Amino acid sequence: MGRRAWLIIAIPAITLFVAFWLLPMAKLAGLGAATPQGMDVSAYWLVLTQPRYWQSLANTVGLSLAATLATLAIALPVSRFLARHPAFPGRRVLMSLLIFPLAFPGVVVGFLVILATGRQGVLNTLAKALSGEPMVLAYGMAGLFIGYLYFLLPRTIGVLMAAVEGIDRHWLEAAQTLGASPWRRFVDIELPALTSALTAAGAMCFATAMGAFGTVFTLGTKIDVLPITIYDEFTNYANIPVAAALSVVLGLATWAALYIANTLANRSASAR
Amino acid sequence: MTHSRLDTRLGLTITLAVTAFLIGPVLLSVTAGLTKNYFVGLSSGLTLDWVVQVWDLYADTIWRSYGVALATLVITAVIGVPAAWVLTLFPGRLSRLLEELLTLPVAVPGLATALALIVSWGSVGWLRSSVLFIVIGHVLFTLPFMVRAVRAGMQGADLVVLDEAAATLGASRRRRFFDIIVPAARSGIVTGALTVVTLSIGEFNLTWLLHTPLTKTLPVGLADSYASMRLEVASAYTLVFLLMLLPLMVGLQSFAARTTRSGSISLGAST
Repeated sequence: MGRRAWLIIAIPAITLFVAFWLLPMAKLAGLGAATPQGMDVSAYWLVLTQPRYWQSLANTVGLSLAATLATLAIALPVSRFLARHPAFPGRRVLMSLLIFPLAFPGVVVGFLVILATGRQGVLNTLAKALSGEPMVLAYGMAGLFIGYLYFLLPRTIGVLMAAVEGIDRHWLEAAQTLGASPWRRFVDIELPALTSALTAAGAMCFATAMGAFGTVFTLGTKIDVLPITIYDEFTNYANIPVAAALSVVLGLATWAALYIANTLANRSASAR
Repeated sequence: MTHSRLDTRLGLTITLAVTAFLIGPVLLSVTAGLTKNYFVGLSSGLTLDWVVQVWDLYADTIWRSYGVALATLVITAVIGVPAAWVLTLFPGRLSRLLEELLTLPVAVPGLATALALIVSWGSVGWLRSSVLFIVIGHVLFTLPFMVRAVRAGMQGADLVVLDEAAATLGASRRRRFFDIIVPAARSGIVTGALTVVTLSIGEFNLTWLLHTPLTKTLPVGLADSYASMRLEVASAYTLVFLLMLLPLMVGLQSFAARTTRSGSISLGAST
C-alpha cells in the first residue's frame, strides 16, 4: 500500500506526454493514411512507391551510413589513445575541447562547415593559393557529410572511451607475454571486445544522422535528404498527408536504430 | 603494459587532427565575428561593432531563449523529479516501458514531433501564437534528460530504505519527498537542470516549425542571420551563442566528473 500511493506524482509527466506527444503522434500517423489532393491512393502508398521519395530515402540512408562508418573509424583511435593515456599532459583540456561541440545545434554546425569549406572558407582559400583551383564543398552532399562527422564525433568518442576502459588489461598483457604483435592484439582481443559498443555507437550515429535537420537547413535546402523533403512537403506544398507519412517512416527508422543501440549498450554494460 | 610507439603516435596524431577539425571552425567563427572585414582578413583590424549590431538586431531572441529555457527547466523539474522517484521505487518492466516512452521525443526526429504538435494543437489559436507552444516542445525534448539525470542521482543513496524508515516514524509523504528525496537527488537535479537549459537554448528543429514571427528564439535568429546577414554579423551572433553555452558546459563537465566514473556527459543537441 505504502509505495502505491506514490504513483500519483508521476501523473503530470504522463499526462503531458500523452496529450502533447502520444495522441498528436497517433493523429499524425492517421493523417498519413489520408489521400493527398489529386491522388487516388493513401500517402503511405505514395511514399513507398514514388521514385522521388525513394531517392530521398536512399540518399539519407546512404549518407547516414557513410557518416556512421567514417565516424567509427576516426573515433576509435582517438578513444583508444585517450583511454590508454590517462596521465597524458593536457588530457583534460583536450577532452573538454572534444566535448564542447556536443552542445552545438545543427544550424550552428552547418554554419561552421560553411566557414571551413564554403565559398569564403579556409579550404577554398588554401586550394586557390596552392593549386589555383577553387574548392567548395559546403553546399552539397560533401558538406553535409562533413557536418555529420562534426556532430557525430563528439557523441561517439566518449562512448567508445568507456568501452576501451572496460577491456580487461590482463588479456592484453597475457597476449603480449605470449608474443602477440600489437596488431594481432588489436584484431584478436580489442576488436571482439568492442564489437557491441561499436555497434551500439554506430546505431546511435545512424539514427542521429537520419533525423538531422538544422545542419542541412543551413547548408542549403536543395540537398535531397528526407528531413528536407518532409519540410518542403509541409511548408511549400502544404501536402500534409505526405509530410505525415514521411515523418512516420523516418521516426520509425530512427527509433528502431536507437532501440538496437540501447539494447546493445545495456548488454555490454551488464557484461562488464 | 607497454604500448607500441607506432600505436601511440598514430593515436596522438589522429586525436590532435580531430581536435583541430572540431575547434578550428569555432576559432574561425570567433575571428570572423571580431574582424572589421573578414574578406580582407585580420589586417583590417579588430572590432566589437558586429557584436553591438547583433545586440541591436537580435537582443529580443536572446532574452526569449533564456525565458523559454527557464520555463522549460521549471516544468521539467516539477514533473520530472517526481517521475524519476516513481521510476526508482518501481524498477520493474512497467517502469522501463514508461521510461522508454518518455524518451520517444528524443529518439524520433524533432521535425516529426513538431508536425504532430502542429496538426493536433495548431488550431488552438492562442496556444499556436504563444511562446508556450515552443516551451511545450522543449519540455517534451528535454524531459527524458532530466529524468535520467535525477534517477542516476537517486540510485547512489539507499533512498528507498530511508524513505520507508521515515514513513515508519510517521513522516508524511510531502515531508519525505522534500526533506529526504529531493536533497538526496541534489547533484542529479543540478546535472539535469544544466542539461535541460543547454539543450533548450540550442534547440532548433522543433522551434523552427513551432515559432511565429513574434516568438523567435536565438537559434531561429541564427538561422535567419546565416541566410540573410553578412558573414561577420552571423559570426558575431554565433559568438554570443557560444559565450552563452560556455558556462553551462563547464558546469556540466565538472558535475559529470563528480557524479559518474568516466565523467562522460549525456547530452545531444538537436542536429
